[in-house]
Amino acid sequence: MSTTYLVKGVSVAGAEPTDLLIRDGVVVETGTGLSARDAQGVDGAGLVALPGLVDLHTHLREPGREDAETVESGSRAAARGGFTAVCAMANTSPVADTAGVVEQVWRLGREAGLVDVQPIGAVTVGLAGQHLAELGAMATSAAKVRIFSDDGHCVSDPRLMRRALEYVKAFDGVIAQHAEEPRLTEGAQMHEGEVSARLGLTGWPAVAEEAIIARDALLAGHVGARLHVCHVSTAGSVDVIRQAKAAGVRVTAEVTPHHLLLTDERASSYDPVFKVNPPLRTQADVAALRKGLAEGVIDVVATDHAPHAVEDKECEWAYARPGMLGLETALSVVLDVLGPDWPLIAERMSRTPARIAGLADHGHLPAAGAPATFTLVDPAARWEVDPTASASRSRNTPYAGMTLPGRIVATFLRGEPTVLDGKAVK
Amino acid sequence: MIKHLLSAADLDSQQAILVLDTAAELANISGREVKKLPTLRGRTVVNLFYEDSTRTRISFEAAAKRLSADVINFSAKGSSVSKGESLKDTALTLQAMGADAVVIRHPASGAPHRLASWVGGSVVNAGDGTHEHPTQALLDAYTMRSRLGRIAGLHVAIVGDVLHSRVARSNVLLLTTLGAKVTVVGPPTLIPVDVAPALSPDLQVSYDLDAVLPEVDVVMMLRVQRERMNDSFFPSTREYARRYGLDAQRMRRLPEHAIVMHPGPMVRGMEITPEVADSARSTIVEQVANGVSVRMAVLYLLLGGK
Repeated sequence: MSTTYLVKGVSVAGAEPTDLLIRDGVVVETGTGLSARDAQGVDGAGLVALPGLVDLHTHLREPGREDAETVESGSRAAARGGFTAVCAMANTSPVADTAGVVEQVWRLGREAGLVDVQPIGAVTVGLAGQHLAELGAMATSAAKVRIFSDDGHCVSDPRLMRRALEYVKAFDGVIAQHAEEPRLTEGAQMHEGEVSARLGLTGWPAVAEEAIIARDALLAGHVGARLHVCHVSTAGSVDVIRQAKAAGVRVTAEVTPHHLLLTDERASSYDPVFKVNPPLRTQADVAALRKGLAEGVIDVVATDHAPHAVEDKECEWAYARPGMLGLETALSVVLDVLGPDWPLIAERMSRTPARIAGLADHGHLPAAGAPATFTLVDPAARWEVDPTASASRSRNTPYAGMTLPGRIVATFLRGEPTVLDGKAVK
Repeated sequence: MIKHLLSAADLDSQQAILVLDTAAELANISGREVKKLPTLRGRTVVNLFYEDSTRTRISFEAAAKRLSADVINFSAKGSSVSKGESLKDTALTLQAMGADAVVIRHPASGAPHRLASWVGGSVVNAGDGTHEHPTQALLDAYTMRSRLGRIAGLHVAIVGDVLHSRVARSNVLLLTTLGAKVTVVGPPTLIPVDVAPALSPDLQVSYDLDAVLPEVDVVMMLRVQRERMNDSFFPSTREYARRYGLDAQRMRRLPEHAIVMHPGPMVRGMEITPEVADSARSTIVEQVANGVSVRMAVLYLLLGGK
C-alpha cells in the first residue's frame, strides 16, 4: 500500500492556494482545509505546483559512457529539476537504433524509478545517415518509441529525410531533426559572427540551421508528416518555423534554456564549458527565441542535457566535446527568462512536450482524478549554481556561480515522491 | 605591466610603446661582441611548441638566452604529449618544475588562454591556431617604426588570407591601438564575416588590391596556403596570384616611401614574387632580426626583469 500525502496550501500554476490529497498514484481531492489522518503532510505554503516537467531532449549516455552519466544519475538530476519524464537521445554506444537497445534503456529507466525514461530511436543505422533503422520494430517494442532522431547528426540527405518522415506516419511517429547542414559547418567551433572573427574559431553560420529547417518543413508539408525541430537557435529559424506553421505544416520546435539565456560572448574565455552544438548565438537571436517561445512559434523548452567527462571539457576549445548540463537548472532559467507566467511554463515545459512524445500520463495539472505527477517550486528562492552539488555524474554546467530564481522543493511521480525537501529520495 | 601576453589587445598604446622602446634599447646589445645581459639569470623560460615553427622558436630561444634565462625547449614531437597527455597535465608539470614563463605555440585557437588558467607563471602566445600571434605584430610595428619613423597615422594594408591568419588579427589590433589606419584586402571568401566591428570599428575592408596600393605606407603580404584552393576559397593559385599577389608591376603602384612586409614563411610566386621579396622596399630580413629584440623586451617586461 502506498503512502498517502497531503500537500497543504499550494498554488496550482499560480491559482489561489489549495490542498492536494494524493493516494494510490492520483490526486483524489483538492480544496482548502482538507485533512486525512493517515496522510504525510507536505507544507505547500508559498509554493507553486506545476505538472511534472517533460524533457524532449536528454542525453543519458548509457549505454557506453557511464563515466559521464547513467540512466540512474541522469534520472536523479531530472527529478531534482522537477522532471517526471525525459526522452533519452539515441546517440549512445551502441546507438539506440534497434528494439534491443531502446528496450534496455527503457528498462534501466524503470529500474531507477525516478522519472519515466522514454527512449528516442535513431532514424538511421548507427546515426550514419545511410540506411533507415528499424523504426517500426522500435515503435512496437516495450519502449513504444514515437520520436526518432539522429541528434548530434543531421539527417542531411533529403531523400532519406523524406522517407523517414513518410515512414513513421504508419505509427504516428515524429522525426526530431538536428538541423545542421554538414557541409556548411565543417570544422565549426562557434557561432559565425563578430566573436568568431575575433577569436579565430571556425564559424557555424546561422544559415546552416535555417536552410535545413526550411527544407524539412517543405518536405513534411509535401508528405503530410510530423516534424519536430530540435534546439532552435537562431532568429532566422524562428521566422522559418513561423511561416511553416502559417502554411499549415505539422511542425513543432524546441529551444534550450542555454539558448534563451547565454550568448556567443561566453566563448571569449575559451572555456569549453560554453561549447555546445548548435552554438550559443547573439543577443538578437536570444531575443527572437524568447519572443518565439512566448508566442508559441516555439512550442517547447527542452534541455539538451549533455553530460561530458571532465577530460572532454578540460582541454583546448577545438578538442572539447560540445554540450552542457541542463536538467537541474532548466526551470530556473525559464523562470528567469519568461517570468512567473506559470500557465505558460506548464504549457511549454510539460503539457506540450508530453503531447509531442505521446506520454498520456504526463502534462496534467494536479486536479482531482489526475495522475499525481507534479512538481513543487519555491518561486521566491534564489540559489547559486554549484557544479559539485549536481546529481549528474558530470560537472559541465555553464551556469556555475550564477544565481538563479526558483527552486524545486518536491517532485511526485504517480503519487510517489522522487524529491522531497529539495533532495532526491533515492 | 600585464602578466600574460595572450592577445595584442592585452596592450594599451602606452604599454605597446614601452615594449617597442625597450626593444630598441635591447637591440643595441645585439651589436655588441658579448650579446648577453644578466637580467633574467636564474629564471626559467619554457618554449612549449605543439607546432613546428623553427623561426619563432629559435627567435624566442635566442631572446631568452640573451637575457641569461634558463631555456627549456619542449616540443610536442617525441614528448609525452604525443602519447596523449593533456594540455592541463603538461601545464601542471611545467608548474611543478617552476617555469617563470611559458611561450606556447599551439594549433588550437585559445590554447594559451587555457594554459594561463592552469600555470602560475607568465604565458606568452607564440601563435595559437587561427587566432593571434602578438609578438609578430609587435615586431612588425617595431619594423614599421624604425623604417618610417612612426606608426600613428600610417596606412597599412594587410593582404591575403585574413580568415586563417593569426598574424593579421594581432596586427589589426595592435596597429589600431597605436593609431594606424588599417585596410584588410583579399578575396571575400578569405575575409572573416563581421571582421570590421569584431577587430576594430575603424578597420577598412577592400577586395581590390590595385585600388588600395597607391594610398598605403605599408603593405603586409600574408602567406596563402595552396591547399585553400581545394576548399574553394579561390579557384586556382594562378588566379589568386593575378588578383592578390604582389609582383614588380603592381609594386610600382605604391608611393615612393612605402615598404613591403611579410611575416614568413613566404610562398614565392603565390602572394609575392621573388623580385618583390628581395627588393629594397622589402623588410623581410629585418623583421626576423627585430623579432629577437622584441621578444627580449616582452620577456623582460613580463618577468619584471631588473
